[in-house]
Amino acid sequence: MQKVNRLRPFYENLVFEREDNRMIVNFGPQHPSAHGQLRLILELDGELVTKAIPDIGYLHRGLEKMAENMIYNEFITATDRMDYIASTSNNYGFALAVEKLLDIEVPRRAKVIRMMLLELSRITSHLFWLATHALDVGAMTVFLYAFREREYAMDLFEEYCGARLTHSAIRIGGVPLDLPKGWLEGLEKFIENMPQNIADYEGLLDQNRIWKMRLEEVGIITPQMAQDWGCSGPMLRGSGVAWDIRKEEPYELYDEVEFDVPVTDECDSYGRYKLHMQEMRESLKILKQLIPMYKDTPPEIMAHAPKYISAPKEQIMTQNYSLMQHFVLVTQGMRPPIGEVYVATESPKGELGFYINSQGDPYPYRLKLRAPSFWHTSILQELLVGTYLADVVTIIGNANIVFGEIDR
Amino acid sequence: MAQHKINYLSEGGLPIALTTVDKLVQWGRSNSLWPLTYGLACCAIEMMATGASRYDFDRFGTIFRASPRQSDVLIIAGTLTKKHAQFLRRLYDQMTEPKWVISMGSCANTGGMFNTYATVQGADRIIPVDIYLPGCAPRPETLQYALMLLQKQIRKESASRKLKPKRLV
Amino acid sequence: MRRYEDRKNVQAKAYYSDRFYKAPHIPRLDFKEDEVFANDVESIGSKFEIKKAYIECEQLVVYIKPQDIVGVMRHLKERLNYNFLSELSAIDWLAKSGEFEIFYQMLSTKKRKRMRVKYFIKEKDAIPSVMEVYKSADWAEREMYDMFGIKILNHHYMKRLLMPDDWHGYPLRKTYPLHGDEEAQWYEIDRIFGKEFRDVIGPEQRDSAKIVKTDTHNFSRIGHEVPFGAPYSEKPTQNDYQEEEGIPIVRKLSKKDSKILKERP
Repeated sequence: MQKVNRLRPFYENLVFEREDNRMIVNFGPQHPSAHGQLRLILELDGELVTKAIPDIGYLHRGLEKMAENMIYNEFITATDRMDYIASTSNNYGFALAVEKLLDIEVPRRAKVIRMMLLELSRITSHLFWLATHALDVGAMTVFLYAFREREYAMDLFEEYCGARLTHSAIRIGGVPLDLPKGWLEGLEKFIENMPQNIADYEGLLDQNRIWKMRLEEVGIITPQMAQDWGCSGPMLRGSGVAWDIRKEEPYELYDEVEFDVPVTDECDSYGRYKLHMQEMRESLKILKQLIPMYKDTPPEIMAHAPKYISAPKEQIMTQNYSLMQHFVLVTQGMRPPIGEVYVATESPKGELGFYINSQGDPYPYRLKLRAPSFWHTSILQELLVGTYLADVVTIIGNANIVFGEIDR
Repeated sequence: MAQHKINYLSEGGLPIALTTVDKLVQWGRSNSLWPLTYGLACCAIEMMATGASRYDFDRFGTIFRASPRQSDVLIIAGTLTKKHAQFLRRLYDQMTEPKWVISMGSCANTGGMFNTYATVQGADRIIPVDIYLPGCAPRPETLQYALMLLQKQIRKESASRKLKPKRLV
Repeated sequence: MRRYEDRKNVQAKAYYSDRFYKAPHIPRLDFKEDEVFANDVESIGSKFEIKKAYIECEQLVVYIKPQDIVGVMRHLKERLNYNFLSELSAIDWLAKSGEFEIFYQMLSTKKRKRMRVKYFIKEKDAIPSVMEVYKSADWAEREMYDMFGIKILNHHYMKRLLMPDDWHGYPLRKTYPLHGDEEAQWYEIDRIFGKEFRDVIGPEQRDSAKIVKTDTHNFSRIGHEVPFGAPYSEKPTQNDYQEEEGIPIVRKLSKKDSKILKERP
């Protein structure tokens, strides 16, 4: 028989005899609608939240410490586990930061493939957000529908890089593989079907009375608040601030494709829901433009920088010098120049930034991950005050937070 | 008037099945395994995908429950950190007997790639585990297979199973 | 004799470095090359002392004095339109010079510019909180305290953010080993079972490549599974998920009957 362990009932935050008749509720860290391991300590006056203290760190795995002890190429796989719903965007953010540090130019075909993967991962991320958010609020059908479409996007990822969730599909200096045969047709089919599916979700939710009642006027983030708390991505654009890094500080080929940045002034959860749906449509628009762009690009997919990046496999197998250089790069790692760089990219959640301080060693001296969800969680302590307990779930679900990137 | 004649003995259709209580109970248990929605990290997404449209976990009688009191299986889906470890133990203790544990993914098995100060190096340091499921993250098919193996294991056990002496206190 | 180890910086080091290799620097431009940044530096410089300013990777870097930080931040926000504090953290230079370098990554959506404000502090120094200017500094400062042990003055809730409250040590310091100190390695065992169970449960297995075939406590070979702790055997085991004779009521699976789809529907 198992012996009792030392854990005692957990009344750390509970005060039973309070004069003001307020109750303290512990929410999480393992709650089905906490989207991971969020723990909230809520002080309730009846059903109104009067104070909220989010407690995070239950998924802190020490990614920044790991980065300091890994060579640059090794760390790409670790970035997958940050925002695990759209891993490619993390891979990309890191790769772009290192490329900036090394000052290398990526071939055009690699850029197109990267953009395809990025936009596809944006769609999967938004679909996942919609599915879980709807499930939390009580719309089970949308969950099943959205997951159905998500699987098709997953198939595309799987066909390209072999993994469903943790892609590592982007390397420093390009992409590892060209698109497989028939991939573009699959993508075309996906693009073709998707608008109808998005319309289906909207048909289920847009005029749905419960959905509207639970989302409208809930979780209002004023533009000032969004700026003060460092919000980014849909959380910022939902408050009427038009700021999309893809548009304002274009990277890759985003200045060559045509797309709009949806912005809404409604500031509430419902506005942000409409925004997410619109963003999916814009992503589809970008994907559609990328297919003809891909077809007239030269076949190089990795940058040529012998100091930092291995030669193509064919060359490694046939030429002695390339093999030696590949060996050194794999065993010792590349040594970027001394300096520091902060690069922000627009991940599906918001501004994903990588700050790298390099001292000329194969290991970064300091790597700071600026994850959008971290800042979107910190806003909860102001946002939740004055809402009803039932709305807490809506607000958390609507903020699109992922704990892999909050706790890192 | 047509006569309704069935020769039960020759056609094997005798409406009686002989079995033991053990088998019957365990058959029932194995086909209504309710896992706890215990998603910790990346694997939780695959666990949800398993429960969703394409992979449809419900056909195994597996319905996710949000309360440890109602569930039989604990699927540890994701990285277990030191800060979270005590909550895993608490949830496990709150589950009613009989209970089984599937450790899903490398992180829960051994700490996986997160060989750092903040991760528990294997969930089996905290609670006994029945099935270790490799992969990072395991595909939904793998989770289904693990569950089916668990069902098989349950069918083999006796209904009043004695708790095996497990490594942990 | 014990091998000398650098305890002040336990970060992984390259096992081989060319004696003659000298890493190049990223080019640093003069801040006057960009009109907007030149204005910014001038504006800050008119009120506060600027130690150093340059442009690196299209971003302005400004070094200031630590006591000016709140003033500089307010100036940046109110006068210079830097409306976002997008990141805030520290770099550990204790082994080299006994200092922390604090950086504040700023963004102006109106000017479409990013800049970094930096300063150095000594190890035991406390820094003022900039939360009154940018609320987003709240958690970033707590994280900094958690990871580096840098104390923040005037912060409303100075507690650890990511690590548990009773954690020992500051993980992102260079003196802290990647695998944690002894306290960290036994953390969960001590809290859940008690110190006396350290021997029962045993130390953590940190070697990810270690495999012992005969150790059936920790390993299970695919195709040769044995019950937990039973002696190792070479006999192959059946791993089908249905028993040979089938299961009552449930139909016996036969591979012949299953349909294989050419492509996914």
